[in-house]
Amino acid sequence: MSEASVIHDIGYQRYDGPRLGRRAVFGAMYIHGLRAAYGLGRSAKSKIFPWLVVGICLLVGVILAAVKAQTGLEALNYFTYADSMSWLIIFFAAIVAPELVSRDMRSGVLPLYFSRPLRASDYIGAKVASMVTAVWLLLAVPQLIMFLGAAFTTKNGISDVWKELGDLLPGWAYSLLWALVFTGIGLLVASLTGKRAFAAGGIVAVFLMTTPAVGVLSIMPSQDAQELAGLASPSTLVSGVGQWIYPTANTGMMIGRFGPVYLIEAITLVAACMLLLLARYRRVAAL
Amino acid sequence: MSLIETQGLTKTYGGRVTALHDLTVTVEPGIVGLVGANGAGKSTFIKIMLGLIAPTAGTVRVFGLDPTVETDKVRAKVGYMPEHDALPPDVSAAEFVTHLGRISGLPRTAARERASEALRHVGLYEERYRQIGGYSTGMKQRVKLAQALVHDPDLLLLDEPTNGLDPAGRDAMLALVHRIGSEFGISVVTCSHLLGEVEQICDSLVAIEGGKLLRADRISAMTAASDVLAVEVSEGTEELAAALTELDLPVRADGRMLLVPLDHDDTYDQILRAVADLDLPLHRLDQRRHRVAELFAPREAADV
Repeated sequence: MSEASVIHDIGYQRYDGPRLGRRAVFGAMYIHGLRAAYGLGRSAKSKIFPWLVVGICLLVGVILAAVKAQTGLEALNYFTYADSMSWLIIFFAAIVAPELVSRDMRSGVLPLYFSRPLRASDYIGAKVASMVTAVWLLLAVPQLIMFLGAAFTTKNGISDVWKELGDLLPGWAYSLLWALVFTGIGLLVASLTGKRAFAAGGIVAVFLMTTPAVGVLSIMPSQDAQELAGLASPSTLVSGVGQWIYPTANTGMMIGRFGPVYLIEAITLVAACMLLLLARYRRVAAL
Repeated sequence: MSLIETQGLTKTYGGRVTALHDLTVTVEPGIVGLVGANGAGKSTFIKIMLGLIAPTAGTVRVFGLDPTVETDKVRAKVGYMPEHDALPPDVSAAEFVTHLGRISGLPRTAARERASEALRHVGLYEERYRQIGGYSTGMKQRVKLAQALVHDPDLLLLDEPTNGLDPAGRDAMLALVHRIGSEFGISVVTCSHLLGEVEQICDSLVAIEGGKLLRADRISAMTAASDVLAVEVSEGTEELAAALTELDLPVRADGRMLLVPLDHDDTYDQILRAVADLDLPLHRLDQRRHRVAELFAPREAADV
């Protein structure tokens, strides 16, 4: 037997390399969550739904860009694009939120996290950041495609590109608002149960139940009631905020003079969801 | 420096349920068995050491550090293996342990290397790219152990590491824990409600009951000077017992065996002579260590 073929048991090696702080741990948790949202590093099965939604969103984006480039017709702007994707966003939130939090709860992996230098706030903060990014990318990438389509087929040179960019950036901000609201509600609902199907159902239910409320309120005789109707559902709430801040968005929301009310509710809603999540995980982490 | 030091450690939940009551104990490095019945306060003790919950009163020091204040420093030195299922089914062991290595603060490449190493040490090298969902209970326990080792802690806290294992898996796990404690230079605190397995591998033992310290000592101290001879004869056990009692030997019956404390060098000869005089078929005569369980005999009986 040659010398090289001998297997040496090198025994246990101690680690004396660097140990990174909580910021790096947060980063690792964030990247892990972002990858998990799109099913990366997971089985092929868990890639189906996220990429189906991504595919549809991209396809719509490409079609809109192509139509505008060919005919100059703007079927949907950056805002109405996000609005018309709302059901897909809800669907996406119902897939991603349970994947991010219910799964950890179900598999009992939380004690492994919380026995490490990771706090409840780091954990849920990273999850929120991952999901906000995931939802935002879902809208922002097609918006970018729409922008590129417009920018490369512009008729008046660079000034049109600047104008188009001036539309894209508020559109991106609007997508971020979508992402924040849907992440907040999605994660909060998903954090209540370890069963993924229940969590997904719960998230869809929140949106499904609130949409008829908007419908009922918007046919009330009082104009105030009609203009406040959008507050009843997260999707119309976001549209209302967009409409108020960017009146040329043409979201079709009738908000009248209640714009600030929409914004305040949106901020309150997101903040409340985050605080409730934090409170929930403070308790879970101590177990 | 002591591994773990507590001073009047008390934990009450909601002011009513007392999980730990005035626990004062000093544990030296090595393999330590933490024994007690279910609900004796073992898990609470572990959670306090990890800084997951704060004690109601008293102090605790792990490596001289207070876990409630210097939580990160303590956790960097401690690996924890929980009692219950703690593994996601849809990722590979390599990926999962790597991820937890990163959460422990290891850089990306170091985490991957250490994860492979940890999985190799627990005997899962070949299977490490398979999804955890397809693992047997024994393999899952090994993954849980590997994730506790991945960041190279100085202390492992194992909560019921043999839970749910068959006898062979149990022995393999105990051998592994023993190897980690004796060869890797890592101290181990292993929780169990089974004294038998703890005494096989531990250097010292901390027994708690109802949140109070029952006894803490080195196993050798507990079993020293308490060796016994086990005598088994095929027939005439009672006659032999009577004969030995006459010789002033304190005989105790244990099933079909007679247990005689080994006090003098000639105890052997006395027993052999008694057996020969009665002309009984001697089945066995061997020295056996006094089992730690017998130190807690009344309590054990109450638990079962």
